[in-house]
Amino acid sequence: MLTKRLFPVLTVVSLFLFVTAPIVIVRAPYESTMGLVQKIFYFHVPSWMAMFLSVFILGVASAIYLFRRTASADRLAVAAAEVAAVFGLMGLITGPLWGVKAWGVWWQWDARLTMAVILELILVAYLLLRQYGGPGSDRLAAGLGIAAMANVPILYMSTEIWRTVHPLTSVVPTLPAEFGLPLWWSAAGFIVLCLTLLSVRSRLEEQRASLERLYLALEED
Amino acid sequence: MTGFCKVAWLVLRKDLRVESRSREMLFTTLFFAVSCVLVFSVVFVRGGQAVEGAAGGILWVVIAFSGTLALGRTFERERHHDALRGLLLAPVDHPALYVGKLLGVLLLLGVVEVVVVVMVAFLFGAPFFQHVWRLLTLLSLGTIGFASVGTLFSAMLVRTGNRAVLLPVLLFPVTIPVLMMGVVGTTALLQPEPDLAMARVGIGVLFFFDVVFVTLALWTFEALMAE
Repeated sequence: MLTKRLFPVLTVVSLFLFVTAPIVIVRAPYESTMGLVQKIFYFHVPSWMAMFLSVFILGVASAIYLFRRTASADRLAVAAAEVAAVFGLMGLITGPLWGVKAWGVWWQWDARLTMAVILELILVAYLLLRQYGGPGSDRLAAGLGIAAMANVPILYMSTEIWRTVHPLTSVVPTLPAEFGLPLWWSAAGFIVLCLTLLSVRSRLEEQRASLERLYLALEED
Repeated sequence: MTGFCKVAWLVLRKDLRVESRSREMLFTTLFFAVSCVLVFSVVFVRGGQAVEGAAGGILWVVIAFSGTLALGRTFERERHHDALRGLLLAPVDHPALYVGKLLGVLLLLGVVEVVVVVMVAFLFGAPFFQHVWRLLTLLSLGTIGFASVGTLFSAMLVRTGNRAVLLPVLLFPVTIPVLMMGVVGTTALLQPEPDLAMARVGIGVLFFFDVVFVTLALWTFEALMAE
């Protein structure tokens, strides 16, 4: 019921933010060394923020399902894994597009990039398990969801722990206002979009589960 | 604690006894590992010489592949005659069952690794025995990290039809950090001027992963195995 009520509100808000974000981004100044290329930053960083949020929700929902067997938590976990995989893929595409201009290479196997790929692989493995694992795979998937969430803090801190080619995490909180505003505007748009997709996907999962129950009841009759 | 260790020992002893009669898992896993090393020794050759710097990576890839094979059959015996349900219904700590199975896998992989290390050292001219204790530590910690996750996933997948395919699909993404640090530490030891500092970093990170993975496995095993 909650997801049904939230969906229209979230859709309207995310539409508004996405329609206005390009205007805010265009008005942001050019960065001194990278110029126009730097503006992919306003898509790349927010997509990872949305991915981290989704993975966090995946981990919490998985833990709740694993220890309390709450069906709604499992549905939310499935939705969160799909949404996280999508935003992660966006981050993995926008990153090399930026990197080839900023670093001169499409990819480097440094700590952050490697861990980002690993996290995406775990999410894909989660989805494959849910799709093909059969009965009982929901609990193993919940364990995998917790493992995915455990990866996120290490991934976030990777640039602080290891010297990597990737910019430090501390860059974001120390941004000047003219760069910070479009970043946080885009981030708000991505996060609200993430919540919108979560609400519609978990509602879809709820309806699928209801349909399955009805089919089973019909077969028993 | 005594009861926990006793249950783990009983599970391990049972597996060792069954394996000692057939030696099926040991021979098949060993043969597979040897075949992998031979394939790599044919492929990674330039001008009749082994490619420099490949030994560390090859060692860990072989451990990962043969470990996956062994893990896929760890709980296979318990599938028959509802043996797994019997184990889970027993009034014992279920994590002790996990520890017993894990120890069995570690013993099997230990034997395989002895053979593989000797073969890789011989075929690739890798100076593995210059820093034996560091190498042993890296191998032990890396194998514990890999096997701890694999035993947990193998246990969960025992009731699943697609377990042969799903085990590597699930196992490799989660254990890539363990394998990577194993390769980093081993390669650091095999350089002409061994990088002992990097080897120590590898050992430290592997120890951290082992603590995290084993703790998570012990914490979630009961919940994952409940019907």
